[in-house]
Amino acid sequence: MIEVRELTKRYGDKTVVDRLDFTARPGAVTGFLGPNGAGKSTTMRMIIGLSSPTSGSVTVNGRRYVEHAAPLRQIGALLEARSVHPGRSAFDHLMAQAHTHGIPRRRVHEVIELAGLRDVAKKRVGAFSLGMGQRLGIAAALLGDPQVVMLDEPVNGLDPEGVLWVRNLLRTLADQGRTVLLSSHLMSETAQIADHLVVIGRGKLLADTTVDELVARAGGNGVRVLTSEPARLRDLLAGPGVAVTGSPGSEALHVTGADARRIGSTAADNGITLYELAPQNVSLEQAFMDLTRDAVEYQSAADTLRSIA
Amino acid sequence: MTLLTAPPAAPAGPDATGIGTGTGADRADDLSGARVTGRRVLRSEWGKFWSLRSSRATLGIGALVLVVFGMIASSSFHPAAAGTGHLFGSASDGVGLALSGLTPTMLAIGVLGVLVSAGEYSTGMIRSTLAAVPKRLPVLWSKAAVYGVVAFAATTVAALVAFLLGGTALAGTSAALSLTAHGVLRCLVGAGLYLALAGVLGVGLGALLRSVAGGITALIGGMMILPGLVSLLPASVAGHITPYLPSNAADAVTTLHHTAGLLSPGAGLAVLAGWAALVLGGAAFRLTRTDV
Repeated sequence: MIEVRELTKRYGDKTVVDRLDFTARPGAVTGFLGPNGAGKSTTMRMIIGLSSPTSGSVTVNGRRYVEHAAPLRQIGALLEARSVHPGRSAFDHLMAQAHTHGIPRRRVHEVIELAGLRDVAKKRVGAFSLGMGQRLGIAAALLGDPQVVMLDEPVNGLDPEGVLWVRNLLRTLADQGRTVLLSSHLMSETAQIADHLVVIGRGKLLADTTVDELVARAGGNGVRVLTSEPARLRDLLAGPGVAVTGSPGSEALHVTGADARRIGSTAADNGITLYELAPQNVSLEQAFMDLTRDAVEYQSAADTLRSIA
Repeated sequence: MTLLTAPPAAPAGPDATGIGTGTGADRADDLSGARVTGRRVLRSEWGKFWSLRSSRATLGIGALVLVVFGMIASSSFHPAAAGTGHLFGSASDGVGLALSGLTPTMLAIGVLGVLVSAGEYSTGMIRSTLAAVPKRLPVLWSKAAVYGVVAFAATTVAALVAFLLGGTALAGTSAALSLTAHGVLRCLVGAGLYLALAGVLGVGLGALLRSVAGGITALIGGMMILPGLVSLLPASVAGHITPYLPSNAADAVTTLHHTAGLLSPGAGLAVLAGWAALVLGGAAFRLTRTDV
């Protein structure tokens, strides 16, 4: 369990994390989302005590990280930034980490196997590909068989097989009752694995929700209809829970609360011609972008162009 | 491990994955005793030091330089050239000749000390290190202790070898000395202590400045440039400062014959240790107060 309370981090007059409040619970994968520069990595560094909060608090399994006698047994972390000496072999790196806790050599071999690093365990980490580096970082995170696993952008640089491996691994960890916190700036990727979503932008909490709720909040799913008799169809569809919008003189309607099947049947029963009947799924990506639009640090040129046009 | 390539439908029981010991009673015993202790941090730093090829190489080169310079100086010794200030001709006794390589060795050992600590910052390793030991200070003490002991052992042996090999070349000359002669062993062990403290100073500077380049610059500045700057001061002022500079304190520890303006060997050692402790203290302060 990770409990973040009113967590704030300021560098000079720039507030990177702003009174952030959320909980990552056991038995679930919590997706930690936000655009680049939202403060995800800073928050994660504060969770494991590498940075200290300006104010507020964060605890891991009920205590501040520094107070644990065996920190690697409590939480295993993969940080986004490189955190391995390139001159050391993967085995030596993990063994050095293991020595600090008296974790036996056998466990080091176990996580090497688990991460698929057996063939390269004796190679210098400097010669590793990005993907192998990520696997080493995940192996290190699992070294202490921790109750909480926290991974910052774990699939960066992984091939599709590696992405699938991470996804299954995190699911298994959560199913074993562990707390899993997974950061990403990619909504679609996170939605496939996360049970719960914590979305931040500019250091502030934007949403503490589930995937379904997030979509519903972004306008839900609707159906676009083009018809010869928009006014008549609108009246026929009208009812509790159904909303139909359209503009006068236009053949287009936007319907929510009734699915395409029902709209089509209604039209057919009443002899109304449909030119188009298209379910409109609000993509997760769109929902995410709507949520974080004001919070992205650097608007891309495309956005600027669109707003000019 | 078939898990790595297994399709999502593969059985995902805890034991099939080997992820953890959470449910396997036999394996849970493996990690039940896991916690951070001072001894374990020392063990970790010991392993870290030896698992880098660059540490082994630099340490070896530092020791070798001491031996080779000592042998060259001893075998090219001419009583007439003694005291002329030539690179290999300035010493007039077997100890001074054997320790001719003291300065280059000090640089190698000091730079390696900087790498031991600052190298963790330049590579990002420090994040892994402090994630495992969030109380932080045990890491600094362990680094200093491991490296100090290793540097002492390696350079003391090198100093002894340089003296003994040089002694065969000096036999019959005015510079010949036996190992048991008064002060000889003190100088040779003193050289090892000086080099070990220079190494610890390097560890401290690297941890204080968190930069390899900055640490090396500070090391060279303090050990080699500072004496030159102090000598520019009025003699009445410089005379009070000079004995306490690391380089002069080192001379007090490693030279056979006491000369004016040098501290006693014991006081010299204390001054060297004081410098190392001061810098290490500053590094400890920064380590506990600032983010990494």
